[in-house]
Amino acid sequence: MSERQVEPEALTMATPTAVAEDTEKGERSLKGLYVITFFLGIGIWTLSAVLSRNALIPTPIDVIASFGELIANGTLWGHTVTSLTRVTTGFLLGVALAIPAGFLMGWYWLARGLLEPWIQFFRTIPPLALIPLVIVILGIGETAKIFVIFLAAFLSCVLATFQGVRNVDVTLINAARVLGAKDLTIFTRVVIPASTPFIFVGMRVALGASWATLVASELIAAPTGLGRMMQQAAQFLQTDRIVVGIIMIGALGFIMDRLLLLAERRLTRWQETR
Amino acid sequence: MALISIKDVTKIYNTERGRTVSLDNVSLDVEQGEFITLVGPSGCGKSTMLNLVGGLLMPTSGQVLVNDEPVKGPGPDRGVIFQQYALFPWLTAQENVEFGLRLQNVPKKERAERAMHYLSLVGLQDFANALPKELSGGMKQRAAIARAYAVHPSVLLMDEPFGALDALTRVQMQDDLLETWEKEKRTVVFITHDVDEAVYLASRVVVMSPRPGRISEIIDVPLAYPRGEEIRLSPEFAEIRARVWRGVHHHE
Repeated sequence: MSERQVEPEALTMATPTAVAEDTEKGERSLKGLYVITFFLGIGIWTLSAVLSRNALIPTPIDVIASFGELIANGTLWGHTVTSLTRVTTGFLLGVALAIPAGFLMGWYWLARGLLEPWIQFFRTIPPLALIPLVIVILGIGETAKIFVIFLAAFLSCVLATFQGVRNVDVTLINAARVLGAKDLTIFTRVVIPASTPFIFVGMRVALGASWATLVASELIAAPTGLGRMMQQAAQFLQTDRIVVGIIMIGALGFIMDRLLLLAERRLTRWQETR
Repeated sequence: MALISIKDVTKIYNTERGRTVSLDNVSLDVEQGEFITLVGPSGCGKSTMLNLVGGLLMPTSGQVLVNDEPVKGPGPDRGVIFQQYALFPWLTAQENVEFGLRLQNVPKKERAERAMHYLSLVGLQDFANALPKELSGGMKQRAAIARAYAVHPSVLLMDEPFGALDALTRVQMQDDLLETWEKEKRTVVFITHDVDEAVYLASRVVVMSPRPGRISEIIDVPLAYPRGEEIRLSPEFAEIRARVWRGVHHHE
């Protein structure tokens, strides 16, 4: 074929259009709005805390003071590290098992037949409902908590991976076959990359589930951790400390989710639409 | 000896809604270097025929031979070009072209050279590092053609490759395909439901009719290559086109 012409769509893609500039401008003003709404939220919080005249509703100043105190005596750091370790361990174990399990289910009907009924059943049970049983059997130590988080992460991620494998375009598999690819190559060079976007969705859902489960399990029974810190503070009506815990959990979850999103963007840049 | 030999092939699909005879006792020989187009309404079994030669389907009865060997499955001696392009979206144009070469353990340097050769052949040398999403429909299909060519197949099987393109791009792609084909001759089996396209490209047009899928007519196109606008607008072309048109539409 000749090099004499290039289709017009390709040309417009190379040079940024007016539409692209508009989006950029839109994104800038959106960032401005984020800052405005942040201060607006803090303002409403302060105002309602002051106007309520209820000593149990902490103002932002109280919370900042409490933050300083907890940092100074080292407890916040300790609780945070414990919670983070639990959630990361459980999450990583869950995902590490969910990805191969999902691939097996998508690729071999035997694995699907044996695993899917169990996964579908356990998926409907919130992992928290298993905590009483887990505590009786494994105690209130690390193993019990990591196990519940692991379960939460695994169940959220395994089905997404499975769906990803089922959704691989048959034409892509055929294209690989006619170029001479055998099963193993098709799996590693087509199925795995094609299901990556699904796996990332599964991982993000798994991360959310892991956090939810972690905090709940620490609230029920734990010697340390952010959930435990909040539980203790509640007994002494230290609502400012509870808010510190809430903010920490929110911030950490948000940061981890963003990190995952960043990894996803890097690895699935090739996708047509987002 | 014909390069592709389809002998008394019947293909029956058993679905939940019953039995469909997709091909009913079809025979066809394709010689080395021919450009064959299969034309016919949907349901005439033209895609089935292509997939049987490609090894993506197996006949219910009869035999498909390529190079005297019965077809047992897909293989790099028969390149397939799909209507939906089927480029791997996570690989660049060049990596897509190299995919089949990598499977044959072609050394890295030679792989890159061959990929660039075929990308240039289809006019995509400046887009080697582009991802499929950055290419237009026509460019994607050129990359797919380069990918099929790169593994040096003896047969190219094209399943309505220009079906998803707009009319203007389509005409351009037809001219470009013939130009590529004349530079590097391969035996081509090309499916289309567009009568103009069938006549313009082919040395022989195979007209098929549906329910059950059969070959109803084979029409020679004795027009010399290279072909261009003069051929497209010539009375000879119009005459052959009329014959193919009647062949296709009188069976509906």
